[in-house]
Amino acid sequence: MKAKGVIGVFIAWVLIYVVFMFLIWHFKPNQEPFLNPSNLELMMRQGVVVGLGAIGMSYVIMTGGIDLSPGSTIALTTVVVALVLKATNNPILGIGVSVLVGLIAGLINGILVAKLKVGPFIVTLASMLIFRGAAKGFANEQTVGSVPDTWLQVFTASLAKSERWQLIPKGAWVWVILLILMTLILHRTVFGRNVVAIGSNEKTARLCGINVNAVKIGVYAICGVFAGIAGLMQVSRVQIGDPTIAAGDELKMIAAVVIGGGSLLGGEGNLIGAAIGTLIMTTINMGSTQLGISNWIQEIVTGLIIVVAVALDRYRMTRPAKMASA
Amino acid sequence: MLEAQGIHKSYGLTKALINVSLQICPGEVLAIAGENGSGKSTLMRILSGEETPDEGLLMLDEQPYHPKNPQEALIRGVSLVHQELALCPHMTVAENIYLGQMGNGGFSPKEAENMARPILESLGYQDLDPARLVRDLSISLQQVVEIARTQAINSKYVLLDEPTSSLTKSDIRNLFDLVKRLKSQGKAIVYISHFLDELREIADRIAILRDGELIHQGLMSSVTEPEIIHHMVGRNMTELFPRSERHVGKVLLEIDQLTGSNSKPNNSTFKLHQGEVCGIAGLNGAGRTELLRSIFSLDEVLSGKIQVGSSSPTSIRNAWQLGAGFVSEDRKEEGLALSMSIAENLTFPGRKGWKFSTSKNEKVAQEFSTKLRVKARTVQQNISELSGGNQQKVAIARLLHSGCEVLILDEPTRGIDIGSKAEIYELVDGLAKDGKAVLIVSSYLPELLGICDRIAVMNRGVLSEFVPVAETSQEKLMELCVTS
Repeated sequence: MKAKGVIGVFIAWVLIYVVFMFLIWHFKPNQEPFLNPSNLELMMRQGVVVGLGAIGMSYVIMTGGIDLSPGSTIALTTVVVALVLKATNNPILGIGVSVLVGLIAGLINGILVAKLKVGPFIVTLASMLIFRGAAKGFANEQTVGSVPDTWLQVFTASLAKSERWQLIPKGAWVWVILLILMTLILHRTVFGRNVVAIGSNEKTARLCGINVNAVKIGVYAICGVFAGIAGLMQVSRVQIGDPTIAAGDELKMIAAVVIGGGSLLGGEGNLIGAAIGTLIMTTINMGSTQLGISNWIQEIVTGLIIVVAVALDRYRMTRPAKMASA
Repeated sequence: MLEAQGIHKSYGLTKALINVSLQICPGEVLAIAGENGSGKSTLMRILSGEETPDEGLLMLDEQPYHPKNPQEALIRGVSLVHQELALCPHMTVAENIYLGQMGNGGFSPKEAENMARPILESLGYQDLDPARLVRDLSISLQQVVEIARTQAINSKYVLLDEPTSSLTKSDIRNLFDLVKRLKSQGKAIVYISHFLDELREIADRIAILRDGELIHQGLMSSVTEPEIIHHMVGRNMTELFPRSERHVGKVLLEIDQLTGSNSKPNNSTFKLHQGEVCGIAGLNGAGRTELLRSIFSLDEVLSGKIQVGSSSPTSIRNAWQLGAGFVSEDRKEEGLALSMSIAENLTFPGRKGWKFSTSKNEKVAQEFSTKLRVKARTVQQNISELSGGNQQKVAIARLLHSGCEVLILDEPTRGIDIGSKAEIYELVDGLAKDGKAVLIVSSYLPELLGICDRIAVMNRGVLSEFVPVAETSQEKLMELCVTS
């Protein structure tokens, strides 16, 4: 069942890719074909920020929760990392700080969600504003520029000719490795199964002695950490700390999870699907740009894809229900 | 006369009704008896238009009667009063009585009240002010409003589904008076209840369903209680409840002056020993479930002491670790994670360490599911695909997998078929024989008397002494349940 879901999303992605291949071949015969190594690289580079965030978002949504704050956390991370790099020129410290900022932001969300019991939508709506404000405050309401060159840039740098064998940028490899790691944690650890159990039926989880609050704090912390890592990738790409960046990225992450077969009711979804969901959106974005299609059409197409994905999700949800009543 | 001829109804593979034929005559009370899941409710839903039969004929006063929805049934004069009352608490008695019957024009509260008054009067409730808000009424008066609603549209056939399940003894008396009044007005009443003594008092005829088939239909006066039970369960009580030799050992669960919120439970004290099955009887809402839940830290404990083995559990997780396990009365809402597999559901509390292997988990789940004779294709199957009885077996298997010594079961046989019930009785007996302690809450007294060693009654939060089954009876227990 789960594998089928991923295969479905994968086929959708391939179809979308093929449509763009055809359109570019037909309308822009002078351009390079859509399927080429540099496009693959570009797609991964563009997708890595939302893709990393979507890993954490998947965990949150799997428990039946939602996190609206990762976009702000990304911005906050870019600011703090840029400031740290400027002050110390120490990339290792930069990485550490990105994880730490994300972790703190995530813990705040998690603890508030677990203890206040007012619902994650409200809690993270508030923290979205708070983290965004904090980012602007730290940055003095302007971008933090002149970040020193460090090897952090490598993560999202274009591959040199001699590095072509690596296929995708190093940052994208980080994404792939973390994707595999987090998938394993979801399926091969008791914590991961507890995440799914809470999303499937929180009351059952409580009854069975699962520490629901601890698991919830855990998933929001994970979501924060991944937003932090995504923020690091953002700094690596643009070399500034920008407190206004990544606004709305949380919605792209949620869209990626939903396109990938996640249910906002919880209990369902998979990280690989969410990653492909990210790539679908990136493909539309990249293909439209290369075709010269306006931004507004891209947005409408992405919206339609989400509607189709959710409709399919509904369809899948109602089928087992019918079987249950039989 | 309302007549059903050869009604069949299936839900998927489950046959809810098989060739059921029945007459309901004006001026009489027809009792319908049967276990949960025997098809009583399905039959009521078909008569009231909520469901359509797969096969068979319905006739109403010699005319074909095939209601496609409850609205159509109401127009023809057939109405069903559900066990769960369906009233709008923020509206007045009169508004509730005429809800949906006032057309689409203007609405005058005064007019509705004036129309409601004679109806309430005809039911013997002239003192009930139709301008009162329904939320201010007692449950029994709310029920009167529901019945008044059927008379506002002049229903000739009134179907009452377990009307007394949440009433006190004096309320039950009043309801009987009301039913008799309706009967004298030439209405036909169908009365569903689990309480045989009630049926004996109020019904003229009885129809008994078992596993979807009509087993017996006849005059109430010509059938004895043991006969009714025999028809309902298809076997004698003694066969249903096995009783091995049990050896009572040390105390496994000790509750001392336990008090929860709303005084449910109120200062309860008891001990549960190795090798014994203890039951708690009581009406719905008496606080039985709350007692079990507070023992298990699922509900708030205001004061008192709980001891499992030699220590007091500090959390739900800790209660499981100490060897206590809980089966919820609400399988779908709380008991099971319906979108997950049998294997996952079975092992939630019993997992140790941080690693999780799907294949190992399925192997151990398979072992327990075989032991409890869970009917499923594989343990990877989604648990929502199983029948209620098999789902319940998984919920209980969870306790065994986790290694529980103290099993706390809240209504473990609610809504499951008689075959699965028998298997659960056998299982409980086997557990007691193996030296485990079982605490059961059930609303079905014969079941408690059949499987328990000692029984107590919960009445408005207050738990009575546990007495040996030999010293009590269904009548004595019922008496304790309903006296205040």
